[in-house]
Amino acid sequence: MADLKLMKGNEALAEAAIRAGVDAYFGYPITPQSEVIEYLMSQQPEKRTGMVVLQAESEVAAINMVYGAASTGKKVMTSSSSPGISLKLEGISYLAGAELPAVIVNVVRGGPGLGTIQPSQADYFQSVKGGGHGDYKLYVLAPASVQEMSDFVADAFDIAFKYRAPVLILSDGLIGQMMEKVVLKDEKPRLSNEEIIKQYGSWAVTGKKDRERNIITSLDLQAEKMEARVHRLLKKYGQMEKEDLRYEEVHCEDAEYLFVAYGSSARIALKAVELAREKGIKAGLLRPITLFPFPKKQLFKLADQVKGMLSVELNAGQMVEDVRLAVEHKVPVEHFGRTGGIIHTPEEVLEALEQKIMNHGSIRHHKTRESGILQN
Amino acid sequence: MEVLDIIKPENQVFCKTKLMTDTSLSYCPGCGHGTAHNLTMEVIDELGIAENTIGVAPVGCSVLAYDFMNIDMTQAAHGRAPALATAISRLWPEKYVFTYQGDGDLAAIGTAETIHACNRGENIVIIFVNNGIYGMTGGQMAPTTLSGMKTSTSPYGRDVEKMGAPIRMTELISNLPGVYYATRQSVHTHKHARKAKKAIQKAFENTRLNKGLSFVEIVSNCNSGWKMTPNDANHWMEENMFPYFPLGDIKVDGKLKSVAQ
Ligand SMILES: Cc1ncc(C[n+]2csc(CCOP(=O)(O)OP(=O)(O)O)c2C)c(N)n1
Ligand code: SF4
Ligand SMILES: [Mg+2]
Repeated sequence: MADLKLMKGNEALAEAAIRAGVDAYFGYPITPQSEVIEYLMSQQPEKRTGMVVLQAESEVAAINMVYGAASTGKKVMTSSSSPGISLKLEGISYLAGAELPAVIVNVVRGGPGLGTIQPSQADYFQSVKGGGHGDYKLYVLAPASVQEMSDFVADAFDIAFKYRAPVLILSDGLIGQMMEKVVLKDEKPRLSNEEIIKQYGSWAVTGKKDRERNIITSLDLQAEKMEARVHRLLKKYGQMEKEDLRYEEVHCEDAEYLFVAYGSSARIALKAVELAREKGIKAGLLRPITLFPFPKKQLFKLADQVKGMLSVELNAGQMVEDVRLAVEHKVPVEHFGRTGGIIHTPEEVLEALEQKIMNHGSIRHHKTRESGILQN
Repeated sequence: MEVLDIIKPENQVFCKTKLMTDTSLSYCPGCGHGTAHNLTMEVIDELGIAENTIGVAPVGCSVLAYDFMNIDMTQAAHGRAPALATAISRLWPEKYVFTYQGDGDLAAIGTAETIHACNRGENIVIIFVNNGIYGMTGGQMAPTTLSGMKTSTSPYGRDVEKMGAPIRMTELISNLPGVYYATRQSVHTHKHARKAKKAIQKAFENTRLNKGLSFVEIVSNCNSGWKMTPNDANHWMEENMFPYFPLGDIKVDGKLKSVAQ
């Protein structure tokens, strides 16, 4: 029996966390995601499932609580929005280095600085290029609906525990705040302490009963050991690319022009595809669902078929760099995006395709090549 | 008598702390960290709680505490140990959870985490080794550095007008209702070490009784950072550190003591 509800994205995510059997949530209020902790508190999860929910004194404390909890093999998550995520980055780097599973949610708002509380996708670079210090990556899931805000919680934990690595759900103020219908998953019980010790006792710190002690650290003072740790991480990222890439193609079969967009931009680009098709323009959409791993091969292949691509983002141009890298100059790739919290309209997006790609694409393409030769 | 006749359990008056690993300590000779480690591990061993204890190591000279303490441990980011301990203790309330931190870690970068863990009255033990300096990074000024004391970042002596006065962290946190026990000890003589051990014991017993936060400060020397011989460092500590950081209990069983001056 489907549990159909009308919910805000942030609330759907919070409810999904309880239902996914999450053991703990640590957070600090910030717009546009405070509903996550507010909803959790309203549900009294300590009574419902025994889940621990604590309002920390800062995002720094919250992520380090996550680190502590994760080191004991428990399912733990935190959420915040852009400025708060900046504060969490040291902790996220530690989670990656110490190889701990955890889920972090960023309901992105515009920046830099205190910026705006309006939706944005300006944290793309921070999310997929590392963000914090050191050689690490996050597995990044980008929900485009309230349904995905709900579904991706359990998916994120599956990946986090499969790889013993932190996973980021990269949402934004639009998806977090809007209401939509959502089918909630059934409640899964939390693991018992005995089950945790049985499943994760080989590494988690739970007290060294009946075994040698466990240590959780990201420190290796010996260069060779540190390099081995980095290689271990690289191996995980390689495996993620092979086994856990996610993307969606809409009208790509016969597309001559391609929009590339994730999250809320993908919703708008989807409408732009419809408008384009009504005008007789064969447009399609590739929506990366994971931003790392990124659908590089799919874009490379589509570049043999389409005449140009437009990366639609709520920022000044970030993912467009990865699309260009993937396409290897086979076709022109341009960016269209609004910033400051302004959300582009489907009409604007289609117009951008017409102006930046359809009318100027080939000329620009040649120019790029020429200047490349000149620079050499 | 042969040597082997003498080395019998019944003749033994002293042995290596059981819960310390065989890894040789990375501390400078005469440093208080080693003794503080030993005492903590002795207490955990004697209380029979080694299998139910989780320690949190700091960033500082004792970052490698997990190499020496033979129990489950997580190494925290600089200053954040109380946040980790909060989560561990909340999720495993039946476990004994402690942090081991230096003064830079606890009283500078981690001030917020320290105060809020204390304020929430987390059921944990904080062992706070105050040596008035940043030992690990080569002897820079700490929030606890005494007035006039020379360090590499206060080469002309700490000027309290510009750099603030040394913080008495234990007094500060004892005003918070969540703190059940706050004490200041030292480990530089046998007598002091025995008292410090009793304090650590009391702290872990408080955890067992679910009493909230226990805070054990250990005033210690950093002979390398202070640029003194271990012996001189201990004398200097008695003459200069103890008057400003007086030893003794500050809060016991949730009640402030009027001593500590
Ligand atoms: C975020 C961060 N800032 C700075 C450092 C550098 N650092 C390492 S240890 C330390 C000071 C430690 O001093 P203290 O806590 O007093 O410990 P001690 O070595 O004296 O025992 C500093 C500043 C770091 N590792 N991480
Ligand atoms: S530098 Fe200071 S604190 Fe560090 S081991 Fe040496 S004496 Fe001890
Ligand atoms: Mg120090």
